[in-house]
Amino acid sequence: MDGVGLEAYLIVGAVLFVCGIVCMATKRNAIGVLMGVELVLNGANVNFVAFSRFTPLGLDGQATALFVVVLAAAEAAVALAIALNYYNNHLTIDVDRGNELHG
Amino acid sequence: MTEQLLFWVFAILTCGGALAVVVTQNVVRMAFWLVVSLGSVAALFFLLHADFLGAAQLLIYVGGTVVLLVFGVMLTASGHTIKVQTTPAETLLGCGVGLLLLCVLVFGINSVEWSDVASRIPKAGDSAAVTDHAEDVRLESAVTSAKSDESRDKAKNAQEAVLARRQSGRTLRQLGLSFFGLRPDRNLNQEAGKPLAPGYLLPFEIISIHLLVVLVGAAYLARAKRRVTPGLEADL
Repeated sequence: MDGVGLEAYLIVGAVLFVCGIVCMATKRNAIGVLMGVELVLNGANVNFVAFSRFTPLGLDGQATALFVVVLAAAEAAVALAIALNYYNNHLTIDVDRGNELHG
Repeated sequence: MTEQLLFWVFAILTCGGALAVVVTQNVVRMAFWLVVSLGSVAALFFLLHADFLGAAQLLIYVGGTVVLLVFGVMLTASGHTIKVQTTPAETLLGCGVGLLLLCVLVFGINSVEWSDVASRIPKAGDSAAVTDHAEDVRLESAVTSAKSDESRDKAKNAQEAVLARRQSGRTLRQLGLSFFGLRPDRNLNQEAGKPLAPGYLLPFEIISIHLLVVLVGAAYLARAKRRVTPGLEADL
């Protein structure tokens, strides 16, 4: 069998997930954190589609992955609006300075 | 063979792009590496026979979300904010924890016998367009077990069936129907007594409303605020 197995895709998904988590944890730029979230969602999507291909689950994985893509786009729009507001108020997007949510 | 080569190329591009996003400190370069990584994920979707999902990934992620992120970078970048560095100790700690998490995940993936798990899942209905790995395996075993001369024809037929099955990735119609609540990939050719498989009509409606609300909310949050000076209130 010359195809690639399920494990290889799962490992790619795991690498994407871990990169996203590390990106979210270490970046101090708010937009860097957003990019980490996108990486995590893509890792989950790779897993969904791999399972829908290599198991008899059929199209359910692909439908779920499509929902994830749409939700990620919505999340990016709202988070960027919040980042813009934050920048307007603080003149920086360093997330470490965002500890004054009152007022 | 080609599939394997393509998989390795795009898997390395995906993982390398993701690593570069983590390592790079400049936000604009991070956005570029994110495009590389997400585009390669779309190619992996095509390799997994998810043609519509790959196209949607290219359109929505690479064409939409990343452009949105780049606009965010442009609107918030002003000299000192384009590079906000982390200290080396924090980076080291983050990478250590990330490596440990990766080890846990990889050992977890390798310790499960996935073909066993797949064989325990009840099979969906018959449809040529649903790519079905178990059927692939059955046909493969038919190919390899047919050694004698008289069954060579059968082996050839099975080989062609494998190829046809591999090349079938038309998921657009099934996905569209499942968003209307119909599941032709599961409900065709099933016995009369069994309950119908559920579709995705309700989640589809919910996500439509969600997207509308989110876009209105984002436009409201990001609107340009007019500064109101006390003397000019009468004019406004």
